[in-house]
Amino acid sequence: MKKSHVISQLAALEAESIHIFREVAAEMERPCLLFSGGKDSIVMLHIARKAFAPAPIPFPVMHVDTGLNFAEVLQLRDRWVDQLGLRLVVASVEEAITRGLVKEEPNGSRNRIQTPVLLEAAAREKFDALFGGGRRDEEKARAKERVFSFRDEFGQWDPKNQRPEIWNLYNGKVFPGESIRVFPLSNWTELDIWSYIESEAIEIPSLYLASEREVVLRDGMLYAVNEFVALKSGERSELRSVRYRTMGDANLTAAVESTADTVAKVVAEIAAVRVTERGATRGDDKVSEAAMEDRKKEGYF
Amino acid sequence: MDADLLRFATAGSVDDGKSTLIGRLLFDSKSLFSDQLESVERVSRERGHEYTDLSLLTDGLRAEREQGITIDVAYRYFATPKRKFIIADTPGHTQYTRNMVTGASTADVALVLVDARKGMTEQSRRHAFIASLLGVPHMIVCVNKMDLVDWSESVFEGIRAEFTEFATRLRVRDLTFIPLSALSGDNVVQRSANMPWFDGAPLLSHLERLHVASDRNLVDVRFPVQYVVRPQSHETRDYRGYAGTVASGVLKPGDKVRVLPGGHETTIATIETADGPLEEAYPPMAVIVTLKDEIDISRGDMLCRPANAPAVLQDLDAQICWMDESAALTPGKTYGIKHTTRTARAVVKEIAYRIDINTLHRVEGVEGLALNEIGRVRLRTTKPLFVDEYQSNRQTGGFILIDESTNRTVAAGMIIRESNAEAAPPVETE
Repeated sequence: MKKSHVISQLAALEAESIHIFREVAAEMERPCLLFSGGKDSIVMLHIARKAFAPAPIPFPVMHVDTGLNFAEVLQLRDRWVDQLGLRLVVASVEEAITRGLVKEEPNGSRNRIQTPVLLEAAAREKFDALFGGGRRDEEKARAKERVFSFRDEFGQWDPKNQRPEIWNLYNGKVFPGESIRVFPLSNWTELDIWSYIESEAIEIPSLYLASEREVVLRDGMLYAVNEFVALKSGERSELRSVRYRTMGDANLTAAVESTADTVAKVVAEIAAVRVTERGATRGDDKVSEAAMEDRKKEGYF
Repeated sequence: MDADLLRFATAGSVDDGKSTLIGRLLFDSKSLFSDQLESVERVSRERGHEYTDLSLLTDGLRAEREQGITIDVAYRYFATPKRKFIIADTPGHTQYTRNMVTGASTADVALVLVDARKGMTEQSRRHAFIASLLGVPHMIVCVNKMDLVDWSESVFEGIRAEFTEFATRLRVRDLTFIPLSALSGDNVVQRSANMPWFDGAPLLSHLERLHVASDRNLVDVRFPVQYVVRPQSHETRDYRGYAGTVASGVLKPGDKVRVLPGGHETTIATIETADGPLEEAYPPMAVIVTLKDEIDISRGDMLCRPANAPAVLQDLDAQICWMDESAALTPGKTYGIKHTTRTARAVVKEIAYRIDINTLHRVEGVEGLALNEIGRVRLRTTKPLFVDEYQSNRQTGGFILIDESTNRTVAAGMIIRESNAEAAPPVETE
């Protein structure tokens, strides 16, 4: 391997992500990393640490807290932030609802209303670059988004007006109020993320691993019964071995049946799986063919 | 986990079966997910198509679905046990030259599709030209729809001969021809039983086995300093690390290096990563280099070898692909320029000629370059850049121009060295 001067594809992806982190740190005034405690944002933070070591990560992290998070995810979020000595900005959707910035949606999803909360906090902190853990394999609109995704003063994405990205020369130039969303994991797939978590032995929430959990079958998806998901009349819960493929809001993120109780088993499972992670687990993405594209145009990640 | 990465670019329109080919690669390599396939099947039915329109997989945006066109570069991913593949999928029409350039800029391989019934078209010539202009090391000509020409060897050989003749006018290092049918899958993943006369490998095994390691420039050491790492803690007070991605060459501790622009010479002390020190670093590794001597070095500077340095130039000759629809490239105008990690300003001194990308003819006496036009331009930069000929070094030979009034990326540039002026694509004067 070494003689031929070829690095593995995971090493190549990591190198590309490190390059992106350094480029943003060098060229942008006030970057910030969106950190939720989910697997993609954990991998992102892990790589950010490697990009600047032995110096600390030179930017803060922000969490748009919908108030509907799994408790374990929040605990892990705080542990990562403490260990790396970072400043954590929390933008609370709950609090934004209380003061009337946004209104609860009838279906209980806070996915869409978190956008104004994110934009307000980013404007208050004057962030001109926000790192997000989005990957192009997740969804069709994401597949066409740039690594440096230009957003106007309203955070809006205009898919027809994207800056060409040639070689690894990124253009982060913005006027005041405008910003760049940066996706260092653009070229990673779900399998890459899991393979990397395995090879780097990265700590992730145990919800990603299979365990016997009390679940209810609703709209063809399995939801864990917890403080955010109560049984409706006529529904019956049962114990099944399940795990989570994504870590969205606890009321709308479904689990998948699985016996993969270690990261290695998850890697093997993902390598064989035939359904995309969002298709399998995100009630909030099922709204329409263009749900993600529409949310992005409003300033969503 | 030792699989390596191969990036390839495809260009073409719905007609020539490009989307079907990509769909076939994903499907037969079991990289297509069932919910994606279901969604495509559902939309195909809703639109009254009799077949599953695999192009719907790549057309992601609402405007694209509404108009039935592809307007942007879409990135697709699939993996086999041997390799991970990144596909930069771009539409093929003239007005999308910009996207083709973007997709080809990072590609190891360009797939050019030719419809076996039509033979070479302007579009296939254009794709081949852009791939060669962008220095894509390998080109695979997929002669598609062989089922519609009765799997005819003579049709295939005719196209091969015509394309090979055309390619002598380009700079193509490795040219391969594969007869296939994306619709039926012949020679895509599985070897075709219908074309026993073809002794080459099917497309996927060719992509899996293609040797790309030697495409990287491991000779000319070029390390653009991207970011200076200076931890502020007590025990690391004197630490200065120069972070960057190796553009080319192999760096080792103990190597003598020259620092540009100053010209100081020093020695590499260590090559570091968060996982520990390295014995050597080569592209595309992202590392931190520390040096034996304390020299004032900042972002935009470059490390090279004392006996092998890039040219230090303020006057640049380059092929420019213009990418902006709102304004044309105009002599006398000043743009921002970004080259490796170095930024400056550049004024356009003159446009030598425009290239007609369909005929490869030079058109002289042009006053500007409009969207999707390619031409040779002379620039004068506000500070020296450390450059190599693009065709020998894609990392230190490429740059972008940025419009300072809109901040948009308006051009991709590929440097032609004065001493190598004859090495420009051999285009003909009209």
